[in-house]
Amino acid sequence: MDWAMIAIYILAVIIIVAAIFSITQKDLLLAVIGTSAISVVLSIFYYLLQAPDVALTEAAIGVALSTIIFVIAIKKTERYEE
Amino acid sequence: MVYYVTALLLILIGIYAILTKKNIIKIVIGLSIVDSGVNLLLISIGYIKNGTAPIFSLKGLTPDQMVDPVPQALVLTAIVIGLGVTAVALSLVIRLYDHHKTLNINKIRKLKW
Amino acid sequence: MRKVTAIFVLAVIGFYMISIIATIPFGVKRDNVGQHYLKNTVKETGAVNTVTAIVVSYRGFDTLGEVTVLFLAATGLGAILFDKKSKKRRLQHASLIVRVGAHLLYPLIVLLGAYVFVHGHLTPGGGFQGGAIIATGVLLMFMSYRTFETSHKVLVYIESLAGIVFVLAGFSGLIWGNSFLQNILPAGEAGTLLSAGIIPIIYIAVGFKVGAELTGLLDNLLKTIK
Repeated sequence: MDWAMIAIYILAVIIIVAAIFSITQKDLLLAVIGTSAISVVLSIFYYLLQAPDVALTEAAIGVALSTIIFVIAIKKTERYEE
Repeated sequence: MVYYVTALLLILIGIYAILTKKNIIKIVIGLSIVDSGVNLLLISIGYIKNGTAPIFSLKGLTPDQMVDPVPQALVLTAIVIGLGVTAVALSLVIRLYDHHKTLNINKIRKLKW
Repeated sequence: MRKVTAIFVLAVIGFYMISIIATIPFGVKRDNVGQHYLKNTVKETGAVNTVTAIVVSYRGFDTLGEVTVLFLAATGLGAILFDKKSKKRRLQHASLIVRVGAHLLYPLIVLLGAYVFVHGHLTPGGGFQGGAIIATGVLLMFMSYRTFETSHKVLVYIESLAGIVFVLAGFSGLIWGNSFLQNILPAGEAGTLLSAGIIPIIYIAVGFKVGAELTGLLDNLLKTIK
């Protein structure tokens, strides 16, 4: 077992745990932070798959802009799920 | 191989959130997760083992050792359009909340004007 | 009842997707149109970055469609959330550390965004990435200061002019060449800044347009918070 494969497995587990966390939370701000965590680790995956343009795009758009649009929508509606 | 399994699980978790949840913002979060899963699946199909990025930056790189550039061009467009869809969906959610004062889709179906 | 139906539907979808994806081997070299693009990019267009050459030159019409879709999304959002009464933002000033840090970082972030979209044909990057970075820098200033304003007229003019430059570059290919968006300027020496025909011109126009559009979208959203 070499260390590169172990690191890729750990990152994949982090993505799945963040996705499940993000859809089972009652507090909607924490769910949005889960979505942006998925985008950060996906950007690392795109770099490991030798695609630097796509990694730049996902890091710039998925982390910053998508999160701020969600946060503004939550501020104008309700914060908790029930 | 681990990339295929991760992308498939992301798509299935996203579809589960769209089908089951009652809060509209949770449904839009599920849509965004499906977008991320599909983009990862597309790029991991175009990967070649021991390949390198498709940029001729050094002098001695030959096109035999590079990964496929066409899925990367497709996903570049898809990420930006996913952002556009999310933005328009959330503006519709804000308008719905102003009108019905609730975010529960069961209650919105029962109200009539 | 609803959850059981959802899990059953997911099981059917998952079974079919697994049976299709299992037939695609991972990491195997295939012979397809990507190989043709890799072999002929530096000769035909002069750009060193193959993904940029595909997005702007070989598939340039799809990029025109994508710019249109982004424009429609920003316009649609502005139209749905239109409110005649709200004109000023009422957020608070951030603390002193955030204000000083934002003042120092803002020109550097805009410079990085401009670097990324000007060198789109030489390094990883391009118009969409550069525009998103510029919009993030302006967002940092919006969040830190209550009185930071961007003039709405200037943003509209920049966006419209950049779109017109893109379409005019396409028409110039029709007038002096054979087809819409054809590369009519000389390819130049691969690896220098002034090379690759009209690819830098189109990507600079796209970078300005996306940056102005996303800034206008964020300004629209932040103005509606009471």
